Amino acid sequence: MRVIAALTVLCVMTWGFTSARVYGFEKESEAVFEAADNQREILSILSNTDLDHIEPLINAYQRQHPGTTVLYTVASSLELFRAIHDEAADYDVVISSAMDLQMKLVNDGFAQQHRSAVVDNLPVWSKWGNSLFAFTQEPAVLLVSRKGLGELSIPENRNELIALLRDNPEKFKGRVGTYDIRTSGAGYLFATQDSRQSDAFWRLAEVIGSTSPRLYCCSSDMIEALKSGEIVFAYNVVGSYASAVLEKSDDGTIAPLTDYQIFMLRTAFIPRTSAKASLAGTFIDFLADAANRELIGEKVGLPPVDGHALQKHQHFRPISLGPGLLVFLDRIKRERFISEWADAILQP
Amino acid sequence: MWWFSNNSLGRRLLLQLLLVAAVLSALLYLAVRSVANQAAIAAHDNILGASATAIAEQLSAGEDGVLVDIPYSAFSMLGSISEDRVFYRLYSDNQTITGYEQLPLPRAMHTATPFYYNAEFRDAAVRAVALTRAITVADAPVQVTVVVAQTRTGHDVITSKVTNTAAGLGVAFFIVAGFLSWLATRSTVKPLHVVAGAIGRRGAHDLRALKSPIPSELKPLVDALNGFIARLREALHRNETFLAEAAHHVRTPLATVRTQAEIALRQAETPASRKTLRSVIRAVDESSRSATQLLDHAMITYRADQFAGEQFDLSALLYEVIQGLSATADLKDIELITDIAEGLICAGDRVLIECALHNLIDNAIKYSADEGEVEIKLESTGEVIVFCVCDRGRGIQASAAGALTERFIRGANVADVVGSGLGLTIVEHVASVHNGSFTLTARRGGGACASLQL
Amino acid sequence: MRFLLVEDNTDLAQSVSARLKLDGHAVDWAADLHSANGCLAGASYDLILLDIALPDGDGRDFLSKHRAMKRDTPVIVMTARNAVSDRVDVLDRGADDYVTKPFDFSELEARCRAVLRRRGGSARNVVSYGGLEFDALAARIEVAGEVRELRNRELRLLEILLSNPRAIYSKAQLCDRLFSYSEDPSENAIEVYVGRLRKKLEGCHARIETVRGVGYRITDQ
Repeated sequence: MRVIAALTVLCVMTWGFTSARVYGFEKESEAVFEAADNQREILSILSNTDLDHIEPLINAYQRQHPGTTVLYTVASSLELFRAIHDEAADYDVVISSAMDLQMKLVNDGFAQQHRSAVVDNLPVWSKWGNSLFAFTQEPAVLLVSRKGLGELSIPENRNELIALLRDNPEKFKGRVGTYDIRTSGAGYLFATQDSRQSDAFWRLAEVIGSTSPRLYCCSSDMIEALKSGEIVFAYNVVGSYASAVLEKSDDGTIAPLTDYQIFMLRTAFIPRTSAKASLAGTFIDFLADAANRELIGEKVGLPPVDGHALQKHQHFRPISLGPGLLVFLDRIKRERFISEWADAILQP
Repeated sequence: MWWFSNNSLGRRLLLQLLLVAAVLSALLYLAVRSVANQAAIAAHDNILGASATAIAEQLSAGEDGVLVDIPYSAFSMLGSISEDRVFYRLYSDNQTITGYEQLPLPRAMHTATPFYYNAEFRDAAVRAVALTRAITVADAPVQVTVVVAQTRTGHDVITSKVTNTAAGLGVAFFIVAGFLSWLATRSTVKPLHVVAGAIGRRGAHDLRALKSPIPSELKPLVDALNGFIARLREALHRNETFLAEAAHHVRTPLATVRTQAEIALRQAETPASRKTLRSVIRAVDESSRSATQLLDHAMITYRADQFAGEQFDLSALLYEVIQGLSATADLKDIELITDIAEGLICAGDRVLIECALHNLIDNAIKYSADEGEVEIKLESTGEVIVFCVCDRGRGIQASAAGALTERFIRGANVADVVGSGLGLTIVEHVASVHNGSFTLTARRGGGACASLQL
Repeated sequence: MRFLLVEDNTDLAQSVSARLKLDGHAVDWAADLHSANGCLAGASYDLILLDIALPDGDGRDFLSKHRAMKRDTPVIVMTARNAVSDRVDVLDRGADDYVTKPFDFSELEARCRAVLRRRGGSARNVVSYGGLEFDALAARIEVAGEVRELRNRELRLLEILLSNPRAIYSKAQLCDRLFSYSEDPSENAIEVYVGRLRKKLEGCHARIETVRGVGYRITDQ
């Protein structure tokens, strides 16, 4: 009996790995977290979250579900969107911080609904249509290099930042970093939400543009550049990444902007193509379970969903899940926004 | 129809009222559901229309054609009513400017006012709105149609809620109406019950006319009833008088005959004439006794039909009966041995029970030998009161014990004693009227025991 | 004893009077309530025998009035109706007892005795004969200061014999008066009672003599 069972498992594993289709989208990395016990099921996750961050989370999940092997694929948020939207890639859970793209996937019918006691207990703003569930709330922050700033004081809001850059054009020339929203999904999301929050955004864009800013694809590059002293300001860095890295350095710091602070929700859903909805459901429940928030906060280093913090600080603005997010994904709207942004940032 | 075959007026009325209530409930349910449904659709349509209008207002002419700057609020307002998926499409000159290319267009195009329609898109039912605006591009007017659609999950939720509410309302209405119907029926039928109750509560001899207030519809019935009661009263009265008269007219001459015979017997000289006179006296006694028991039997049958229970002291009654019969017992030097529990209260017809006791003791005395003993016992064992009369008389034949309670049947061994054969029938009847039982058993060593359980 | 008989039927009244007189009683007859009241005003009676249906009123009303006037002469009602309710009714109105027509005179006499006994009868009923004191009401005799109880039949036998001392009564005559007509006792049964009574009479001069071939009589010799 045992031999047969082992053989069966082997076959399933072999089939599971070999039958994977070859997709056109670009994967950054892939990892297999073997089941602790005899493997019974394989859960495949497609995510834009780094392996480093997600590993403790998956380990904790496997402690609760020792028979589950987790196949974890990392891709950029745009590639991830393409994989699901265009290629109908066969994954059981899709995790992304690009809320607008996630929202569009769900809105366009690429998700299946999931109901459980755990997700029913989630605050209303952190889920949408019983399909999309948030498990972290991560701020877009302004990173500042104290060394680079010299005697100047750290700006407390965007108007102070505008004034600082405008008053010291030479000092900050080529030393401001921000997302290239043409290539970064997160950058585009932050920029569009910024534009909704305040008129100061376009003035800030103009001023940043006048400093001949450096444009980055991702938060980690910006943080590295700041640490190496290349840039003094990094605008709209994902705060959770920054704080983890900056702990080891005494130079970089997060400027506590008090006018408003955008929070991005990292969300997960079960793709319509997943044949293992109930297994995927256990993972969604694991992410959404209030009991696991401490784990997410401490071990994973991503701020968990926390309604109290959002209520306490009036300037914390979580991006709300809903069809509004689709607006900036409109082709014409997007072209217009990017062209306006480019006009402001890419000054000759 | 089946309910009209029912004979109860009240049930008939109630059924008809309930039928009306059911129809009204169903109408209420349909009306509420349809009104609420339309209201929900209208509210939803208004927002869809506002969304489409907001988009249409941002249409502008660009260098390459039509431009649109979809306002954030256009979609977020749709998100505020329900978590339904949103689709949109901008369409002009047979091509899609932006949005979902397969989103179905309305049948009628080019309407400036919002046009609402239902459609299917991406495996989901959607409610859609379309409106058309003219934009001037390169000096030429271009018709741009804005379509906004939303899945109907939220609407379905509202509809099911409304349906539940409407159903609840319908059921509640039906329950309230049913209850009121019941009340109305009851109060309508109540006078009938009042009349019936007034008649039913009456004692056996209450033959007064009905006087309780009644609705005019019932007056003919009650008048007829009162007429009937009057006639019945008259008849019963005549009957009673007749019986009393008859008894008087039969018994008085009988008494004369018997007395004369006794006197003659005193003076009789020859055994033959003695014998004749004795048989005259015996014949008189026999007819008298038969008359008594026939009347008793008639009385018992009548009273049993009009059975009216009352509480009375059975022990005291038994003492009275024994006293009345002690002279009879004395004549034969028969000793009445009594063992009577004091103060036993019995519920039943006093007259009937007295009659039964009288008959049983009288029988025991009659069938006892001279100087014999008759034991009379009255005791209570829990719920049951047991009255027992035992004699040392000639007893009964076991085979005949059951038959003795039949009318006019007498034991084969008592031909020499005056009797009509009705005595035990009367006792049996009284017992059954009181849900009791009567048993007659042969006694060891001769004699019989009659026992009456009440 | 002195009876007042209230009865409207002449035949019955006459035969009852005759029958009672046979036993040595005095009887006044009233045919209606009016004359009954007259009789009661003029004489005193040991017992009233009262019929119910009378030409000038209901015997029961007379009974009620009789009791209301505190007259204590015992009343035995003779009724033609036998319904239990009627019996209860007359007893409630103050009758001492009732008999249903037609009645057995032995029974009537026994009832009269019982009624008078209950009323605490008078001494004039005591008959003395040959050293024998006979109290019929109390059903006992006294012989040389010794009281002896009599059973009913012994009592009646003694009563018959004493009603006409020295007269001879045949067995048949005695039988007729001691036993119910519904029974057919042998004449020998009389011998049993005679024997018993003789025993009870021992010690006094009164004794029952057998007149061979004829019957019995009581003598005090």
